[in-house]
Amino acid sequence: MKRALDLLAPVLFVAVLLLAWEVAVRALKVPTYLLPAPSQVFAALLQNAPLLAASAWNTLSMALWALVIASACAIAIALAIGLSPLAESAVRPLAVALQVTPIVAIAPLVNIWAGLDHPERAVVGLAAVVAFFPIFSGAITGLRSADRDLERLFDLYGASRIQRLLKLRLPAAVPFLLEGHKVAAGLAVIGAVVAEFVSGSGGSQGLAWRLLEAANRLQTAKMFAALLVLGLMGVLAHAAFQMLESWALKRWRGR
Amino acid sequence: MAARLDQVEVDYGARRALGPFSLTLQPGEIVALVGPSGCGKSTAMRLLAGLEEPTRGKVQRLAGRGETSVVFQAPTLAPWASALDNVALPLRLEGRPREEAEARARAALAGVRLQGSEAAKPAQLSGGMAMRASLARALVTNPKLLLLDEPFAALDEITRRDLSLDIHRLWAAERPAIVFVTHNVEEAVFMASRVLVMTPGPGRLKSETQVEAPLPRPEGFRTSSLFRALVEQVSAALAEAMAA
Repeated sequence: MKRALDLLAPVLFVAVLLLAWEVAVRALKVPTYLLPAPSQVFAALLQNAPLLAASAWNTLSMALWALVIASACAIAIALAIGLSPLAESAVRPLAVALQVTPIVAIAPLVNIWAGLDHPERAVVGLAAVVAFFPIFSGAITGLRSADRDLERLFDLYGASRIQRLLKLRLPAAVPFLLEGHKVAAGLAVIGAVVAEFVSGSGGSQGLAWRLLEAANRLQTAKMFAALLVLGLMGVLAHAAFQMLESWALKRWRGR
Repeated sequence: MAARLDQVEVDYGARRALGPFSLTLQPGEIVALVGPSGCGKSTAMRLLAGLEEPTRGKVQRLAGRGETSVVFQAPTLAPWASALDNVALPLRLEGRPREEAEARARAALAGVRLQGSEAAKPAQLSGGMAMRASLARALVTNPKLLLLDEPFAALDEITRRDLSLDIHRLWAAERPAIVFVTHNVEEAVFMASRVLVMTPGPGRLKSETQVEAPLPRPEGFRTSSLFRALVEQVSAALAEAMAA
């Protein structure tokens, strides 16, 4: 009963908010271009459903590509660092510099490199930059997280660097890598949307472009609909990675 | 001789943790190091394992792979690997083929009464089972020197007694030299043929007690007058060491 109420509470709360919004907009006769009523947003959502779904898929697939690229780069570099501590001193300042540089600031540069014909490449590249750091940071922390006494045991049995990396540090890093990927997945979606805004052309045809397009035409209800889809996509992506993480952790730990 | 510490001293920064301290281990003998926390017993153990170098003095040890094994306070099993893979690990690190390593690991697990738990991950084992798996991993290379660093510290009394019987039974098969670190006097007298009491900060030898009784211990040894008398004797030495 308590659980049912817990689940019902946020639904009811949102329903009440939406109702208040609908009533207020109608009563005060707020113009649609300023603030559309929820019913108008819903109508816009239905009307543009195929377009919005296709755009959402474009954004999502760009974000996923970015995640794959970021993951491959981050893990490869982290492994190199795992083998040689000197590599970490060499790489870390650069990685941090990349992390603290606002993505919008490097976007124009990446646009030039990607070329005007391939805005989607720029978006993937920029989102990958954003997704890189949590995975990299998780990998570095994880590779160092092995139990001290287990490390001693590897000393005792004369393990080589490769053996230590593959049989101790890498498996010990798995929970940190999972967490890093979960955070990175969320950031990759945000990164893809921001990058689309900045790349400022319709070539990538993602949700951000639908937002810009609707804003330019003062189709405020369609903007809300696009935002709704964006939020929904973020929630679903997060939930999917959360499930993936707990499933993988269960396998890793055996319970 | 299985190993020797010769007038070793270990400094951590400006603080002397151990020494001067000497210890000669004969093959097949079981020596207990007893002392309060911070008396350098674990440091002495790391010297014998070759995991640490003395600041001064000399360490002689068998340096071959797998000739020295350690069991730590915690089971220290890799949480992602099955019991079988954990126990096979030392052999795999030596470069033995998987089939051989797994066959020997299976036998070692059976030796600590863990047959049937080969596929279990450490999180699925009880505290006592995990400690026994850790013991199996230490024994899988047939070591000449087995170092036990407070292996009973986290276990309940029944599990503790079972495990000490296991250790004696396994010792009787291959007769490795054993160094057993503990702060429990009864455990020390029960386990070892020689009990060394150490003083705290820096760790030095306070007293040495021979336990003239057969190993593995006969039934009812814990209630014998010899056992009680030796426990009193070692306790008195320990109390003196702590007062000093």
